[in-house]
Amino acid sequence: MEKLQQIQGVAAPLPRANIDTDIITPMKYLTSANSKDIHEHTFEPLRFLSDGRENPDFILNKPGYRDSVFLIAGRNFGCGSSRETAVWGIRGLGIRCVIAESFGDIFFNNCFQNSVLPIRLPAATVAELMAEASDDQGNMQFQLDVASRTLTTPSGRTITFDITPDRQTSLLEGLDDVGQTMKEDAATTAFQGKDRTERPWIYDLGTID
Amino acid sequence: MTQGKTLFDKIWGSHVVRSLGENLDLLHVDRLLIHDLSGSRALMDLKERGLSVRNPELCLSMPDHSVSSLPGRTLASSPDGVRLGNALRDMSAAAGIPHYGIDHPNQGIVHVVGPEIGFTLPGCLLVCGDSHTSTHGAMGALAWGIGSSELVHVLATQTIRQRRPGTMRITIDGDLGEGVEAKDVILHIIGHLGVAAGIGHAIEYAGSTIRGMSIEERLTICNLSIEFGARMGMVAPDETTYAYIKELPLAPKGEAWEAALAYWRGLPTDEDAVFDREVSFDAADMAPQITWGTSPGQTVAVNATIPAPDSFVEAELQGNAETALEYMGLTPGETIAGTKVDRVFIGSCTNSRLSDLRRAAAVAQGRQVAANVTAWVVPGSVQVKTEAEAEGLHEIFLAAGFEWREPGCSQCVATNGETVAPGERCISTSNRNFVGRQGPKARTHLAGPAMAVAAAIAGEITDVRELAPIELEGNT
Ligand code: SF4
Repeated sequence: MEKLQQIQGVAAPLPRANIDTDIITPMKYLTSANSKDIHEHTFEPLRFLSDGRENPDFILNKPGYRDSVFLIAGRNFGCGSSRETAVWGIRGLGIRCVIAESFGDIFFNNCFQNSVLPIRLPAATVAELMAEASDDQGNMQFQLDVASRTLTTPSGRTITFDITPDRQTSLLEGLDDVGQTMKEDAATTAFQGKDRTERPWIYDLGTID
Repeated sequence: MTQGKTLFDKIWGSHVVRSLGENLDLLHVDRLLIHDLSGSRALMDLKERGLSVRNPELCLSMPDHSVSSLPGRTLASSPDGVRLGNALRDMSAAAGIPHYGIDHPNQGIVHVVGPEIGFTLPGCLLVCGDSHTSTHGAMGALAWGIGSSELVHVLATQTIRQRRPGTMRITIDGDLGEGVEAKDVILHIIGHLGVAAGIGHAIEYAGSTIRGMSIEERLTICNLSIEFGARMGMVAPDETTYAYIKELPLAPKGEAWEAALAYWRGLPTDEDAVFDREVSFDAADMAPQITWGTSPGQTVAVNATIPAPDSFVEAELQGNAETALEYMGLTPGETIAGTKVDRVFIGSCTNSRLSDLRRAAAVAQGRQVAANVTAWVVPGSVQVKTEAEAEGLHEIFLAAGFEWREPGCSQCVATNGETVAPGERCISTSNRNFVGRQGPKARTHLAGPAMAVAAAIAGEITDVRELAPIELEGNT
């Protein structure tokens, strides 16, 4: 996984609540999606007009916001399905940090598997950040520093956010969960050995042919 | 004295392989369900990384999302069926994972098949790359949906890293009124709590109403947990659960059954256990529901009026309501009943089990689908289909003008190409009415099976209680 340590860039305000995973990755791309080009369709219902042209009112289509690396969204962002394509797409658009009052749980977890940092902040703070991000033509720079858990706004205000130490380390060092757990496989073998005597029916599954 | 434990605490505790600190645990996964959409991809990723499946015998795979529901279908009947179906079959075979292919007598939607064959058991920890995995919690299991990176992790290690959520108990007491189904109960709850109320929580559904429900009704309730943000929803196992499981093909047998039963009886929440949040509902307040918007929380009783955006206090919700009403083509202040419909879809992991089809058939019997409506019944599994046919339910549907189709996700998500046309209005027994869920610009109203049939018959949204008071009895 790629490391996420410090980033600087524009933040796109998207003040709409409950943006679900069907908006982020429309279902028609689910069967063919891959991590490299799914972003071409990300936010499609908001991003394009019905004739296929770009919607000039969508924030990421506006001059100055096209290269946003932060997204400041309404609450419950990423609710809905488990599709990880939602995070791949956002990442593919260049976004590395999403800020909202709350997130869909699965989306929130998926972010950390893809070097994207979701930050939860109180509604009032999110509103203030949106205001700062909307202030200009979009060339206001925000800064993120994962090591110090801080977000610095264009006006120089510094906000500290919460992140658990394990997730912080994984982002900073680009660590991958699978490799880490596999190193500790002996613990799983020990667990299964003991559990098999307590709950044999879990392991001795019948079969249907 | 030690504090009592919740059902959730007990199952979580019994699966900790290792604590990773900070409320983060490495948990053993007892059961992994794999489907054609997320599963094929994860198995491919695993292979590309040179890893193998650690415990294939604890996994089960089947195609459901991409398969066609056309009568007589093969994998080739849907655009991606062959590619995804064959990939899943071949990669499952290579890994030693049991697979129910499209022609298998147990194929179906993963969340219908798992419980009906006893793959899902009380006290087990089950995951699947699908957000409606919460369904399985109805069996007294701890079950939730995961993303594709997590899926690779489970395949490779048979464990999952998970942060312990908070606990929330939703207690529903009392008797449900005539014509009120499990689907109405959960929509009513989501409508009241809002679509973000369950975030970060594992839900336990409790109370006399839940106790009185069949397993299939509980599955419907738990299915929609994710629609208010909860990854896990569960019901404590009881005599109803044990009776349901006892003869299932994958259920423990003989001595193992007795041992399992003794273990399961210890799972329900202790009297003195404390939840982080408690809410309660009175079943008597609940009426048949129909959603009016593009989020499952945007729901009303069928005899109510379409809400005006300014009836919501918060600006954000007002904005959402405005956008939703425009998308849905609805006018605030009008009654929702009487809205013309084009399609009816009875199916999905929410409402495609035998008891759902029985209730639907009871309303359809002796009636005709309106001329302007295309109505489908898509059973959740081959087993449901076979049992329904043995009872003659398909004949009732066919005689009434419904299409009787093959099992799969079908129009719930339309990844198999079975879309609702732009601008068409569909009454669907599924769980998501998101923008574009059933196809670009499709307008979805969520409802229970009886309400869906009532809409098909009347050609418009209709209160099932006015349509069919007699036929509704005695069919759960
Ligand atoms: S029926 Fe619908 S909700 Fe259920 S698993 Fe299939 S696509 Fe998902």
